[in-house]
Parts: sequence; structure tokens; C-alpha cells
Amino acid sequence: MAGGWRPRNWINSRSQAPDLVSPFLEALFLGAGYNAALVAIGAALLGFSAGASGTFLFLRKRALVSDAVAHATLPGVGLAFMAMVWAGGDGRNLVGLLAGSALSAWLGLLVVEWMVRRTRLSEDTAIGAVLSVFFGVGVVLLTIIQTMSTGRQAGLEDFLLGATAGMLFQDAVVIAVGGALAVCATFILRRPMTLVAFDPEFAAANGYDVRRIDLAMMALVLAVTVIGLKLVGLVLIVAMLIIPPVTARFWTEESDKVVWYAGVLGGVAGYVGAAISASAPALPTGPIIVLVSATLFGLSLFFAPARGVAAALIRHRRFQRRVHRRQGLLALARGESILEPYTIRVLSAEGLVRPDGVATDDGRAIAAKIARDERRWDIVREVHQDAGLTGRYDGLTPIEEVFTADEIAEFDRLIGAPRPVGGSA
Amino acid sequence: MGADFVQFSLTPILIGVFASIACALPGNFLVLRRQALIGDAISHVVLPGIVVAFLLTSSVATLPMLAGAAGAAVLAVILIEAIKRLGRIEPGAAMGVTFTTLFAAGVLLLEQSDTSSVHLDVEHALMGNLESLIWLRADGWQSLVDPVALAGLPPELLRIAVVAGLIAVLTVVFWRWLKISTFDAGFAEALGLPTRTIGMGLVIAAAVAAVAAFDAVGSIIVIAMFICPPAAARLMTNRLEAQVWWSVGFAALSAVLGYVLAGYGPLWLGATNAVSAAGMIAAVSGVILGLACLFGPHRARVGVAAEG
Repeated sequence: MAGGWRPRNWINSRSQAPDLVSPFLEALFLGAGYNAALVAIGAALLGFSAGASGTFLFLRKRALVSDAVAHATLPGVGLAFMAMVWAGGDGRNLVGLLAGSALSAWLGLLVVEWMVRRTRLSEDTAIGAVLSVFFGVGVVLLTIIQTMSTGRQAGLEDFLLGATAGMLFQDAVVIAVGGALAVCATFILRRPMTLVAFDPEFAAANGYDVRRIDLAMMALVLAVTVIGLKLVGLVLIVAMLIIPPVTARFWTEESDKVVWYAGVLGGVAGYVGAAISASAPALPTGPIIVLVSATLFGLSLFFAPARGVAAALIRHRRFQRRVHRRQGLLALARGESILEPYTIRVLSAEGLVRPDGVATDDGRAIAAKIARDERRWDIVREVHQDAGLTGRYDGLTPIEEVFTADEIAEFDRLIGAPRPVGGSA
Repeated sequence: MGADFVQFSLTPILIGVFASIACALPGNFLVLRRQALIGDAISHVVLPGIVVAFLLTSSVATLPMLAGAAGAAVLAVILIEAIKRLGRIEPGAAMGVTFTTLFAAGVLLLEQSDTSSVHLDVEHALMGNLESLIWLRADGWQSLVDPVALAGLPPELLRIAVVAGLIAVLTVVFWRWLKISTFDAGFAEALGLPTRTIGMGLVIAAAVAAVAAFDAVGSIIVIAMFICPPAAARLMTNRLEAQVWWSVGFAALSAVLGYVLAGYGPLWLGATNAVSAAGMIAAVSGVILGLACLFGPHRARVGVAAEG
């Protein structure tokens, strides 16, 4: 036995310098031990279902309801522990604690709904009130538990920030199975929930019971929250419900896709986060998952096509360039000199002016065309009554895109023959 | 109500009251502006601020801690605003993204750095430690006029009292601006009031209150006091002046009653240990809000007759 045995991480033991990458790769490919693998799979499933179900909340503009739900789990955890100890049980049974947390979270949700319906307080006030008061009650219960003589109460604080380090095998199984069930439920409920999230009135008109679907949506969010308690903790589970949908929204405008993109983003964040966390000590799972998710969000915010900041910047620069090009050419057409350096740069890059601002032959030709189009638009505004067409004049849209060749020929007839443009050269 | 009370209960109760009032005052306007959850966001991001301040100065001195926390709060507000504008994302989601990310960063930094030697942990940040802010040098009510004993007051008391006073003065000075811009932003702009600056100033005042209160009592009280007393007060009256007074009253009542129930309640029930005062204060403020929701004279929406 001694001769054939090798340490599991023999790659590490051969290299002198501390190797940070291979433990991560090992964890990424589920090689860091059975429990770590199960936690990673559980985190991926949980991340997927959290991202997907969070999408419906986000689209319904109720993202922060999840914050109230998450904080409202704490008194349930405390009460469930006390009840199980009182009944002579272990008190740390994860399923029991999760059932308790689900009950108190459901109660918190009902209180939010009740306050919004029955009083004039707005939803954000109700959310804040429920989350702080339930959390306060939970803390009171935790301090009572700390003074109880059972001696096995350690570990309830883990529900605040999550802890996977000392996780029991059966706890990891609960998370993995729960995550898988939540994914299934999301899949089954995706159609009605998408409909309600985007257009509640239309859904109601189609015979869906919006209130019940809303309730199902909340139940799903609640389930995800409860399953995630042990993994990421109640303060940070909110992030798994909010960040992936917000990220997914950058990548698509289609309702069906947002849900799946968010699920995949959440799943990737959960899996990669759990792997990073397993690869070294002092890397708590919950915060790492959230930070991976936030990194994906940051990248999307800047680099997503169409909706990203970089794309918007490029669009803006392009627009600026077109305006400068056109104003410069109009100045040439009127025989004025161009003073703006950026305009000269834009035009000389195309070979339309010399670097000193004097028009080339090409420049004069295009300037003449632009001046002519401007004259055509003048005619259009005189003869056309269709504001939908004449209103499309913004100085940048070529007239050929708005009117047919026949119409333009008619305008030209009204203007008269082309006239040469005198440049300053 | 003898020497023991002065020594062990007077200062925590006073700190609780000042912290509650400091948070409830800006809370009134936040609730009316539908920004109630800014308080929630701020109290979460205080943690990374404090951790970064500790890592930079490697001391738990008060000033760097407060500066770090205030800096984090301002950074969070700027980030929320930037994400809202750049990504065209609704405010609630932008807030959720920002404060969870910053909080996660704070927890990670805390785990990575060696802070085991000092009293800096997440639980303390969340729950506060009101019970430990006792006045050891006091030996009775006469200590209130004894300069030697007064010098031994917990520094948190003076700090939170100053902040509460400052917030109160600011509320009075900017009263008209706050009122007009809260109820009718369009009208305020037409009058030429700097509505954006007022809004930002309100959030910064809330952040200062949150940081000062957080230092003494933890983030639960901060969130609860930003929201519960003003929300309860809102159901009691239609006039802003009256609402602010109600909220101050509710905040003080929550603090006193919560502390007494936490400290003495378990003893009355035969238990031997006190429970978390911060948690109990939040719970009492919740009970007050619940009663206001059930019986407040102005609980229904305008145009809807009060039920029951």
C-alpha cells in the first residue's frame, strides 16, 4: 500500500513555487474531493435556478423583494432549531432548519403584500420594514440560542454568510437536489411566468390567473433563497437572484432568451465561484460566487454589443464623425473655410480636403452633392404634406433613403439644373 | 433605578435613542421619496468601508473607520447612479447589484486579512454591541455632574449625540427645501432649487447617520430606524411637521422599550441572560409599525376609505 500510494495533488508537490492555478483547475474539473465536487454542482444548479427565477422578479421590477425574503428566513432558522431541540432532536438538521426558514420567509412575503395592499406605504418601505424587523427578531432568537444549554448550537451563524468548509455530505446533497428541483420548476413554469413578467394585463386577458402565477414566482424565489442559505448565506443570496438577470439583459432583447441567459450566467458564476473557493483557504464560497457574478456583470456593462457602454461610446463617436463630416462639406459648398480641427481631420482622412483645409476635387464634388440634397429637402418641405416623411430630415439621413428615384427626379426638376460649387481653391 | 442603572443601562439607552433619532430624521424624507432602501444599501456597504480603512491604517481608531465607512457609502451611491444611467437599469436592481457586490468584497477582504487580533467581524457589524457601551466610572445619578466620571463616558455617546444634533439642525435649516423638493420636484425646480443637490445631500446625511449609528449599534438598528418609525409616523398624520415629530417619538420609544425588554425582559420571564438589544429595538419598532398599519388614522391610501 505504501509503495503504490501517491498524494492526490502530486502535481503540486513536484513544483517548488506555490502553484495557484492547478488547485483551481483541479477543483474546476471536480478533482478536489467528493464534497467539493458536490458543492460545485449544487452551486451551479442553484446559480442556474436563482438566475432564471430572479429574471421574472427583475422584469416585474420587484428585484428587492428577494432581499426581504432572504432576511426574513432568519427567525425561522432560530425557531426551527429551538423546536427541534425542544422535541429532543439534533437541532442542526438542515432540512428542518430550511423548512423553518421557508415558513418565516413566506410570512415575511405575506406581510410585504399585506402592507402594500392595505396601507398607503410603498413597496420599498414595506420591504425595508420587513427585512429589518424580521432580521432583528432573528438576531434576538440567535442570542437566546447562544445561551441555551444544548451546547451543539454552533453553526447557525453560518446562515448569515454561508459556509461550505465544514459542510456535511448530506447537506451538500440537499443543496444539489434542491437546486435540481428548482431548475425543473423554472422549466415547467417558464411560459406563464414570462408572460406575466412582461405584460400582466395581456396575461390576464389570455385567461391566466396573474395573482397565482405571481405567487408561484415568489414561491420559486423563496425556494431558491432557502436552498442557498447554507451555501451563500442570507445576505448574499439576493445577489444570485439579481445580478445574473441584470447581466443577461445586456445581451438580448428577447424575453425567452433573457431567462436562459440569466440561468447560464448564474450557473457559471456558481460553478466557477465554488471551484475558486475550494482551491485555497480563506476564500468563502458565497462572496466568491457573488464576485464572479459581479465580474460578469461589469464585463457585460462595458462590452455587451448594442447595450454596453463601449458600444454606446462607439455609436456616439460615429455620430459625431458624421455630423462633423457633413457640416464641413456644407461649409465647403458655401465656400467658407473650415476652422474646427476635428472636422479637418475627418475630411482629410477621406481625402476630401488638404490638411490646410482646402477642398480637393473629390471634396468639391461631394460638397456639391450634399448642397444639392439640402436644396432637394427645401423643395420637399414645400411640396410634401406628409410630415412623416419630411420629418425624417435630420441633416444626416441621405435623401435617397427617404424618397424614391422618381420623386427625387421631380424635386430636381423643380430646382433646375446642377450648379458648380466654387471652392476656396 | 439606582447606581446599577446609571452604570449599565443609561449610556446604552441614550446611545440607542440618539442613533434611532439620527436615522429616523432623514428616514422620513427617504420613505416619502420612495428611496427607503437606500438605507439598507448604505448599511451593507459600511462593512467593506471599515475593512478597507482597517487594512490601510491597521488600526481600529475611530476616525479612519468612520472615514472609510462614509467613503464606501458615497462610492455606493455613485455606483448605483452610474449603473442606473450607463446600463439603463431600474433603481432597485442597480441598488441590489451594488450593495451585494460591495458587501461580498468586504467579507472576502475580512477573511483574507488577518483581523483575528482585533474585534472586527461580520456579526458585530450586523448586530452591533450596544450592551457593551457601559459607563464604568459612574456610581449613581450624582455622576452626571461629576467631571471625572463624565470623562469616562463611552466615546460613542458623544459622537452619536453630536451626529444626531447635526442631523436635527440640518433638517431644520433645509426644512423648506427638503419639503418642497420631496413633495413636488417639478415645482422645486421651477423655483430654482437645486433638487439634485438636495437629493444627494439627503443621501449623504443618511450615510453619515448610518455610519455613526452603525459604529455604536450595528446595521440592523440602522435599517430598522431608517424605515419603521417614519413609516409608522406616515400612517398617523398627513402633515410633514407632525410626521417628523411622530417618527422621533416612535424612534425614541423603540430604543428605550427595546433596550429594557432585551435587558430585563428575559429576567422577568425567569431566564438568566439578556438578549440582543439591537435586535429587540428593531423588533419593537416593527411592532409599532404593525400597530400603526392596523390602527393608524391615516393608514389608507388617499381616496380609499379606511377599512375596519
